[in-house]
Amino acid sequence: MQNENNKNNETEIIPELTRKHRSPFIEVFYRLSKSPLAMFGLFIILILIFCAVFAELVAPYSPIKQDLMHMFETPSASHWLGTDEFGRDILSRLIYGARVSLQVGFIAVGIALIIGGILGAVSGYYGGRLDNFIMRIMDVLLSIPQTLLAIAIVAALGPSLMNLMIAVGISAVPSYARIVRSSVLSIRNMEFIEAARSVGSSDLRIIFRHIIPNSMAPIIVQSTLGVASAILNAAGLSFIGLGIQPPNPEWGAMLSGGRQYIRDFPHMTLYPGLAIMFTILALNFLGDGLRDALDPKLRR
Amino acid sequence: MFKYILRRIFFLIPVLLGVAFCVFTLLYITPGDPARMVLGDLATDEAIKEFRDREGLNDPFLIQFWNYISKAVFKGDIGRSYSTKRPVMTEIMTAFPYTLKLSAFAMIIAIIIGIPCGIISAIKQYSWFDTFTMIFAMIGLSMPVFWLGLLLILLFAVNLRWLPSSGFSTFKAMILPSVALAAQSVSMVTRMTRSSMLEVIRADYIRTARAKGQKESIVIGVHALRNALIPVVTLCGLQFGQLLSGAILTESIFAVPGVGRLMVNAIMSRDYPMVQGGVLFIAITFSVVNLLVDLLYAYIDPRIKADLK
Repeated sequence: MQNENNKNNETEIIPELTRKHRSPFIEVFYRLSKSPLAMFGLFIILILIFCAVFAELVAPYSPIKQDLMHMFETPSASHWLGTDEFGRDILSRLIYGARVSLQVGFIAVGIALIIGGILGAVSGYYGGRLDNFIMRIMDVLLSIPQTLLAIAIVAALGPSLMNLMIAVGISAVPSYARIVRSSVLSIRNMEFIEAARSVGSSDLRIIFRHIIPNSMAPIIVQSTLGVASAILNAAGLSFIGLGIQPPNPEWGAMLSGGRQYIRDFPHMTLYPGLAIMFTILALNFLGDGLRDALDPKLRR
Repeated sequence: MFKYILRRIFFLIPVLLGVAFCVFTLLYITPGDPARMVLGDLATDEAIKEFRDREGLNDPFLIQFWNYISKAVFKGDIGRSYSTKRPVMTEIMTAFPYTLKLSAFAMIIAIIIGIPCGIISAIKQYSWFDTFTMIFAMIGLSMPVFWLGLLLILLFAVNLRWLPSSGFSTFKAMILPSVALAAQSVSMVTRMTRSSMLEVIRADYIRTARAKGQKESIVIGVHALRNALIPVVTLCGLQFGQLLSGAILTESIFAVPGVGRLMVNAIMSRDYPMVQGGVLFIAITFSVVNLLVDLLYAYIDPRIKADLK
């Protein structure tokens, strides 16, 4: 009887021990894998990344080569999603467009994360007047709606891929600065920071080695959702002619190009829109799943 | 409360000055000579010089900024459009009622659909209604407004011919742009109402109300809803601010002559005073709406009101 009890205890303890030995990354992925919607999101994002990286291999045609003999073709066996007003294959343009959209999404978030993260960390760590000064600047930027700020920046810099990424990135800086600042504020007085300070670590080392890695959870969630909103913003800018310029394939620009033919050839606007929607949907599902997986309150 | 309002208004001033400074700097560093843009490529050097002197374009940056701000504050003059030659303020004031109407319609749609859907979803958590509502809310959040606009035009204007595809003069013409603009807000209001209701209906006082034998309709309609709607009201206010400022794409698609379309046209024609004035106007509107929402929040939530006292 006692043996049986011991055995039961062991089986209860062993999974607990093995669970504790998992790396944080595997632990988060384990919890994430329990959400079907998050896994669906991750699956879509991985497919998109694959398409973006191997666009030359995946796309059946060139995205910019015109074929005036096959203009405005509806979906068929040779052109799965049809062709546009210049006879370019829409599927190929969507595949290459994934490269542009993901590039804009990730680089814009990278810009926002680096600038906003540093400003937020410095602001939260030092506090006082510096904090006040940085946060008032962030308040100024926050009082201009993000899309409008991006439009104003890209209007000033001129329409191009790089300027689009800078504009979308800078317009998102304040939200990252705020999130990082609040994370830093919540951990800057913790004992391990005190310990690092007492062994003589420099402020820079404390910020980059201890504070930022320990406030990653909300930043990861915000970044995932941020990529979605950056892609959406960039597509919106391209739609009104301030983003990627023709003939480069970009989903927002493709939608804009197809709108004048919507009456007779709706497939030209349907597929780019679906591509944007599924990408944003996937990133939102993944972001929501990550929020739950990284939430310490939901850990068992 | 009065002190709090005054303090909030006082803090708004440096923020708006900061916005003006950012926008002014952004357009100051933009390549291209404003004099050449107004007078055209064929203008003589003398005419260009005279224009630059008259408009103070040869002054140092800070002097130019000060002149801009002092004119804006004391005379309400935020410049003259390069393309229409009319005062920027007049142009904005002509366009603003359209944006206001469009945003108000979109907000009404968001409230009418979002709040009931959120309540039913919360009460019937994990039911098919809840699942479908949440999926639709997520799709609504992920759908680009410019694509939804085009789909609505395709379906209701091109195929069914029920509604016009552009303009904003009749009630019928207002439907499509308002629905397109409302989609994201409907989703957000639904999700917020649901999560807020779920939190409230598990609270002790709701259990107490039920234990006292109160009717379910009164428990939900009176006790739960009143408390659950506080964050929803805040969200609606913030969304309204977003709609007022974020109708740029919707107005472009449906050719609504609002501030957003004015801005896009100004950017395309490099009409910088108009861009500058438009951004400043939208930022002021956005900040004022946010301030009003904060005050409303403080007013309707007794806990905050108590804190302020």
